[in-house]
Order: sequence, then C-alpha cells, then structure tokens
Amino acid sequence: MIRDFSIVLENMDRLLVGLMNTVLLSTTGIFLSLLIGVAFAAALMSENRVVVRLTRALVDTMRCIPFLLLAYLVYYALPSLGLNFDNWTSGLVAIVIYNAGYMAEILRGVWAQLPRESIDAGSAFGFYGRNLYLRIILPQVVLAAIPMIGNQSIQVIKDTAFLMIIAVPELTHAASSIQSKYYVPFAAFISAVALYWAMCSVIEAGVRRVERIAQVRR
Amino acid sequence: MTDAADRDEDGLPTLRVLGLTKTFGDNIVLDGVSLSVSKGKTVCVLGPSGSGKSTLLRCVNWLERPDQGAIFLGSTRVGFRNAGGGILMTARELAQVRARMGMVFQHFNLWPHLTVLENIIEAPMHVLRRPREKAVHTAETLLKRVGLIDKRNDFPSRLSGGQKQRVGIARALAMEPEVLLFDEPTSALDPETVGEVIAVMRTLSAEGRTMLVVTHEMQFARETANEIVFIDRGRIVEKSAPQLFFASPQTERARQFLQRYSVR
Repeated sequence: MIRDFSIVLENMDRLLVGLMNTVLLSTTGIFLSLLIGVAFAAALMSENRVVVRLTRALVDTMRCIPFLLLAYLVYYALPSLGLNFDNWTSGLVAIVIYNAGYMAEILRGVWAQLPRESIDAGSAFGFYGRNLYLRIILPQVVLAAIPMIGNQSIQVIKDTAFLMIIAVPELTHAASSIQSKYYVPFAAFISAVALYWAMCSVIEAGVRRVERIAQVRR
Repeated sequence: MTDAADRDEDGLPTLRVLGLTKTFGDNIVLDGVSLSVSKGKTVCVLGPSGSGKSTLLRCVNWLERPDQGAIFLGSTRVGFRNAGGGILMTARELAQVRARMGMVFQHFNLWPHLTVLENIIEAPMHVLRRPREKAVHTAETLLKRVGLIDKRNDFPSRLSGGQKQRVGIARALAMEPEVLLFDEPTSALDPETVGEVIAVMRTLSAEGRTMLVVTHEMQFARETANEIVFIDRGRIVEKSAPQLFFASPQTERARQFLQRYSVR
C-alpha cells in the first residue's frame, strides 16, 4: 500500500497538472457562470413579462439537463451545428451553461427576499435601471448570497470531474490514467480525493472570511 | 414677508399637489388631496395612523403612482412629460425629477453595504455625476453639521437609530434638493434619540429649506411649521397656521386627534 502511494508520488507532476486544470476550469467556470447569472437574475426580475418568461424557460432548461449529457452535447453535438471547441473549452462551456442557471436562481431568490427599503431609497435618489441594479441591489444581493455562491462553487469543482469523459486533462482524468498505468486504484483515487478536499477547504475558508466582512455590511 | 417672496422666479410654489387620489384595491387611501409648499416654507402633515400621510409623501415622488391628480415640482409635472398629463415620463426622466427631491425615510433606508460617507456621496456621484472630490467635500461638511464626522467610515449597522437618521438627512441634503420630504423621520427612534433628529430638522427649517414633513411630533409642528395640514381617512380635514390649529382646531376630528396626542 505504501508502495502504491510512492508510485503516485513519483507521478505527482501529472496529478499536479490535473489539479491545475481543475483549478483553472473551476475558477473560470465559477466567474463566468456568476457573471451570466447576474445578467439572468436581472432578466428574471424584469418588469417585462416576455423577458421573464423567456429567461425562466432558458434557466429551467439549463438546470434540468443532466451535466454529463450536457458535456456530451457540447463536445459531440455542437460540431454538427458548426461549433467546434477543443476538449478543454467544451468542458468550460458545459460548466458555465450548467451553473449559470443555478447562479441566476440563487441571486434571484436572494433579491426577492431583499428588504424593499434600501431599493426604495435608491429610486427616490434618482437611481433606475442598470445603475440601480449594479450599485444598490446587486452588492446587497451578493453579500447575502455568499454562503450559497460558496456552495455552488464547491459543486462546480466536483462537476469538473465528469469532464474526463470528454478527455479534459483534469484531476480525475490524471488520477485515472495513473491508476490504469500502474494499477494503483486506491492510492491514485484517494490522492485525488485529498486534493478535491483541499480545494473545497479553500473555498469554505474564503466564504468564512468574506462572511465576516459581509456581516457589518448588512 | 410678502407673498411674492415665497415664490420662485416662475411665480409658482416649489411643490404643488392637486386632487391626489390613490387606492389600494378597494381601499381609498387618498381622496382628492391638494396642498402646496412655497419656497423656504415648512408644511407639516398631521393625522392619525393609517390616514394616508406616508402614501401622500410616496406619491409626491412617484414611489407610489397616483391614480388621479397632479404633482408639480416647480413647473415640472411629476411623472408626465406634459403639464396636462397623458404622456408618461421615461424611467430616466422620472429619475431626474426624483433626484430634485430629497427624501428622509421612517426606517432610514440607508444602504447597508456602504459606509456613512459612501451613503452620502453615492447619489451625488452616480446620479448627479459630481466629481468624487466635490461630493466628498460636501459630505464632510454635512457630516460635521449633523455631528457625525467621526463616524464617516462606519457602516450603518454600527450606528444608533438617531445617528442613522442624521445620516439619512445628510444624504438627502447632499443632493441639494428643491424640496425635502420627511416621512415620519422620528417614529422608529428611541425616545432619547428623537431630540437630536428634531434639532437638525429645526435648523433646516430655520435656514429656509423647503420642507414637507409627515410627523407625530406635535411640538416640532407647532413651533416650526408655517402651515399644518391635518389629514384623516385620506382627506384633508383642516389646513391652517399652527397657532390656529393647536389653539382652536375647527373640526371635531382635529380636536379628538390633538387630545389624544397632547395626553401622550
């Protein structure tokens, strides 16, 4: 068993490349899906019913496709529509599409619960439209949504593991290739699990830290 | 003071409310309310709870959209592009009119994600597009005035109610508004902090700010207002000078109201 772990250790460089890809995919994915979520949340809270209906349909569709299937669709089916992405980009696109719907739903839910008073004050002082959203509403929504955004971020990190099926060289892919070459499944996968755990711990520590900052701003 | 001195160059009162009616479902909250506030004057709106006072104020800047009636800020018809009504303002135009009125809320409605100073410079910078330096300078002057300059970098959650409301007043003043709207500014305060807010409001009135004040502070109304408007069940019941209103109210309802509040 100790020998198995030393084999994994010898192949640490491959594992670290996988880790780097997972970190890169996750952070870019979280950032982009949050950005799209911000736009979709505004559309979901719009006064225009048509905009709300269309966005609602889109967001629900995004959240209802199984992630694995979505990854297959982006990688195998989009090329037949003329959209060709490499493995890595396909993986990122799948991550962003899948999570943007969740992020939008998180932000919309928090926004709907936001006390009316400070938004009223924004309107009374001459804020409207995008200015009102970005300067008065969104900062409060994000501050209140931090724990939920943190949760979703952990979900994103774990979802990236699925991307090995479209040959994205991420952490699970790296662990799997080490185990299939040397047949050390336990050591290889446990090492990967430890690294996933470390990433999630970083997110949780970050959430706790930002929560402390957010506390006085509510 | 002559009558002409109360009016601006156009010869119009700063704020006019004409035949304002507002219903929520079957409930008629305001029924044909008319009043005006001349430049430099303080008008206090009194009345029992639920009489429609707050709704009146929220209709003035269209936070609630009136069902009928007209509101004029100077010569601008609030909410409509034309004085006769009919062509609605765009969101942008309405926002521009709202920015000309300063509002002070019962529950302060400060922006919790911003510091005291940021609360005051936010609208001057991002609505009026003032340069930051100028906005900060104005804000600091105002904070000194309301005695809160040492709290400039604190968040609202760290302030007492009275302090929050003084920030709320400074925030409204920073817009250099044509009229100040006060919506029961002391009703949510602990009794011991009411005084500090009232003191600020007195000096504002004394220096000739144009103010429409919904309040339950009878002493403030008696000593500061140029005119008292007494509202009950959505209608103006009495409109008179404070000396007259408090000494010899003309209606039974006003008498009852004053009895209840002077006992307090």
